[in-house]
Amino acid sequence: MITELLITLAKILFIIGVTVGFFAPILTWVERKQSAIMQDRIGANRADILGFTALGLFHAIADALKMFTKEDFIPEGANKILHTLSPIIAVIPAILTFAVVPFGGVYNLFGREVNLVISDLDVGLLFVFAIASIATYGYVIAGWSSNNNWSLLGSMRTASQMISYEVTMGLTIIGVLMVYGSMRLTEIGAIQEDFSRWGIFLQPLGFLMFLTAAIAENKRIPFDNPEAESEIVAGYFTEYSGLKFGMFFMSEFIEMVTISAIVTILFFGAWHIPFLTTATLLSWFEILGTTGANLLVMLIHVGVFFAKVIFFIWMQMTIRWTLPRFRYDQIMKLGWKILLPLSLTNVLVTGIVILMLH
Amino acid sequence: MELLIFYPLAGFSLMLALGVVMNKSPIGSALCLIGMMLGLAGIFALQQAHFIAILQVIIYAGAIMVLFMFVIMLLNLKGTDTKWRARERNTLLTVLTTFLALGVLYKVITVIFEFNLDSPAKVPDTFGTAAVIGETLFTDFVLPFEVASILLLAAMVGAVVLAKTKLD
Repeated sequence: MITELLITLAKILFIIGVTVGFFAPILTWVERKQSAIMQDRIGANRADILGFTALGLFHAIADALKMFTKEDFIPEGANKILHTLSPIIAVIPAILTFAVVPFGGVYNLFGREVNLVISDLDVGLLFVFAIASIATYGYVIAGWSSNNNWSLLGSMRTASQMISYEVTMGLTIIGVLMVYGSMRLTEIGAIQEDFSRWGIFLQPLGFLMFLTAAIAENKRIPFDNPEAESEIVAGYFTEYSGLKFGMFFMSEFIEMVTISAIVTILFFGAWHIPFLTTATLLSWFEILGTTGANLLVMLIHVGVFFAKVIFFIWMQMTIRWTLPRFRYDQIMKLGWKILLPLSLTNVLVTGIVILMLH
Repeated sequence: MELLIFYPLAGFSLMLALGVVMNKSPIGSALCLIGMMLGLAGIFALQQAHFIAILQVIIYAGAIMVLFMFVIMLLNLKGTDTKWRARERNTLLTVLTTFLALGVLYKVITVIFEFNLDSPAKVPDTFGTAAVIGETLFTDFVLPFEVASILLLAAMVGAVVLAKTKLD
């Protein structure tokens, strides 16, 4: 009982450490560097400690210092409680999703089965979807409670955009469900040990639509209409400063990690290496004993998983700095007139193919 | 152990449910309702009905309430609205709703005392899983299920027709 609790606690600490402690600050730097490289600038090299710039890595520290020390401003006429609450509502779902995200398989360590997922829920995939739909509130309330017309416009755009793309997201998830016959994320990951059953081969259209919908849910360019600087100042977080702004900022980066993790699990073989089954890997390290071999394989799998996650983060960054912002009506048209019929067709075709194969 | 989670959750849900009724601003009520639904989802999860808990979150807290909020914001309803205030006091409605609430409460209490709810209910292991719910829904209750979906479709088409001022 106590060991179980300790293992779970270790997993929680690991995931929070990796996402909040490592990915969120590093990604602010990566985003600056990537934009600089893509725009042929040097970029992000001003923050230094005693003359050392460390490739601009100190910018993350400078950011944190600035956010902690800035004045926390609540505009006049704003709803104080909701104004304070909404950044928290926005950041919690972003972290909460990792409760069901497996970052490795099941390993036999010290005579005990260790499953590298915090909570192996029967309805894991739906849990991810439910959390994504809850995330909307943080942004919507933020804009509404600020007592500012630009903010209100931003939150209206958030609400309509997120509702629209949630429909597509849900329907692409149904395609994945039909193919794997399970909603348990660990099971979906385990099935993809077979390279020919990776989600990208079974649901290629589903992958494209899921990624599009996910980026739209995260409100990043080209779908960043809720904050469109050139139209509505900064949208829903116009009236936020200091740490509260930092929370919105952070939740965007954490969500990017979440999206990459989910895409990896559903479509890119989770923690598996193509053509290399866990059994093969284990037989390679047989000399190390059961625990040793399992430990090594676990480290390899976790490494592979996060390498894939990093690849998809890079992909999202590249998309963000390549495309211009879509117009509001274009986003709605894409969501309802193109993606929705396509995802419905995807479900239909998947159903027909499965029926014919049986 | 279970009760340790149940009582805070139930208390939280009840408090927020009261908040829905007592709150002066519509957006506050809507937020309380969302919180209450999340609390309910927690109680479902505690009963090992994960699938129902998640559906509660996705459908009620996630989808329907976002639309509610959207409409409230669109109409920009504020608690200080004079019309809103004037409607607050209506003796006949107050009396009627009180009777309704009392009736429901009476029924709930009699049901609780009628059945012996002390012993923990024995549920099969597969209770509340997606597979079991799907099976029941598509075998025993397939007709009501289809009728309900047709009803929803009709309502949707009706809403579109009503909202569309000019058919092109």
